[in-house]
Amino acid sequence: MNTPAIAVNNLSKHYGDVLAVDDASFEVPLGTICGFVGPNGSGKTTTIRMLLGLIKPTSGSGSIIGNSIGHPEKYLKEVGAMIEGPAFYPALSGLENLKVLAKLGGIPFERCQELLELVELGDRGADKYKTYSLGMKQRLGIAAALLPNPKLLILDEPTNGLDPAGIQEIRDLLEKLSKDGVTVFVSSHLLSEIEMISKYLVMLRKGKVIFAGEMQELLHRSKPVIIAKPTSKNSLPFLAELINKTGHHAVIENDHVKVEAEESFAVRLNKMAFESGIVLAQLTPVRASLEETFFELTGGAE
Amino acid sequence: MRIFLAEWRKLRRPAFLFGTLGSVIFVTGLVTSLLFLLIDAETGNADRGNRITREMLQLADGFTIGFRSAGGLLGLVALSVFAAQTAQEYTYGTLRNLLVRQPRRIRLLFGKYVAMTSFALLSVIVSAITAIGLALALSGRAKVVTDNWFTNDGYISFGHSFVNVLICTIGYGTIGMLLGLIFRSPISAISIGTAYLLVVESIISIAWKPASNWMPGNLLSVISSGGSPIGVENAPTYSQALLRVGAYLITASLITGTLFKRRDVAN
Repeated sequence: MNTPAIAVNNLSKHYGDVLAVDDASFEVPLGTICGFVGPNGSGKTTTIRMLLGLIKPTSGSGSIIGNSIGHPEKYLKEVGAMIEGPAFYPALSGLENLKVLAKLGGIPFERCQELLELVELGDRGADKYKTYSLGMKQRLGIAAALLPNPKLLILDEPTNGLDPAGIQEIRDLLEKLSKDGVTVFVSSHLLSEIEMISKYLVMLRKGKVIFAGEMQELLHRSKPVIIAKPTSKNSLPFLAELINKTGHHAVIENDHVKVEAEESFAVRLNKMAFESGIVLAQLTPVRASLEETFFELTGGAE
Repeated sequence: MRIFLAEWRKLRRPAFLFGTLGSVIFVTGLVTSLLFLLIDAETGNADRGNRITREMLQLADGFTIGFRSAGGLLGLVALSVFAAQTAQEYTYGTLRNLLVRQPRRIRLLFGKYVAMTSFALLSVIVSAITAIGLALALSGRAKVVTDNWFTNDGYISFGHSFVNVLICTIGYGTIGMLLGLIFRSPISAISIGTAYLLVVESIISIAWKPASNWMPGNLLSVISSGGSPIGVENAPTYSQALLRVGAYLITASLITGTLFKRRDVAN
């Protein structure tokens, strides 16, 4: 069996009486993009900090690329990370900030300019960090995370402050890195982005892992829905009643009826409606998005 | 070595480097200038209204008096630099980046300390050059004969003074680093450090005189002056001061190392 990029076993972190991470266990396979989601305060950043050796777990264990998280010096040379947004020295230029980290990690300085070009800051490298926009700071943070040419890239909210074009670029970059064999562990509030790029997903709620596995597995767990829209709004109550009689749950929403049922029920529903004199203008099976599944599992808005 | 050089990339930024060295030149220049320009003043020409006479300045170690007298102020500059360089890693959140690239915490702390110590050495060199240059420039105006200055005795005296001022400066710096680590905020660390050394120690010394023989600031002044601080009676001997400061520095280093190694990096 391949060594997972990240393996976490019964990891917990207490701050006094507060339980920030509660008995978390999950694995992230090598070479994949894994989304890490959860409401604010669910323990994402604490977990990431424990993985990077910045915070000592209260109990439990974990490993990164086969090395215990108790010995971060053994694996961090192969890990790039941006935690809780970018953090740099305001009075130094972007390039100089990268050089501080490159020198510390024994990374050649040439890589700094290469990475500035990659994140489209090539012409702003000489400018002081404090003059950068939020999006530029974010890009510099990503460049810093890529400095060691990492096998595992851990990014905490990498698209914060980026415009749609910037988000698209980061998405493309992460997909390219994944194709090159880099494992990407990324937390984000933009669930649609996570859904688009991630194959794996770890979901936290109140410090507990409520899902860890393939994204498709999670999406298939959610109840399938069919949207049926009659040509006349007056038919909505009758249509809902017809459906409820079949044992499926139907609710009226605006100009349509939402039915909790498998895709195959659509044929029967169409026939039933026709035979009852209801003409359907729309009949669409819909799979729940990650966002809908997220709210279903975490029980509320972030 | 990598940590040392990485730290120097921060220390060498022009505004910081020239600003700090500028303040070193200013305080040394001020102390040395007053020493020579107020040589005949009734109000005194040295710390706490003491008088350094023309005869004292004409001795072999006369040209180092200004440099030695500036030791305490140089120490405060070092305290500020060490405290700011340490605490800013918490306020900017950059410590997490440093620890991801260099997870061996004690090694990182030691490398930073050595880099800041070398910065303190640079400050002391600049201070010495300023003090001696000004002493030479102002000796004629103050009618101080410099024949004994550049002799073997003078050079030996300068060597001792240089080492003493350096120990004093590094001592203050180490206190600054500890405060920076405890308070994790440059402003808090510097203000508490200077308030303690300039005000609290003085108040305690006035309230209970024997305590001054154990106060780190007073002990560092004894070392800086080579064991005979001007105008201070019953001060501890140089070796006593060195021993006590050594014990304090070892304790400070142990506390600093333990805090840095064990504390979670949550900001």
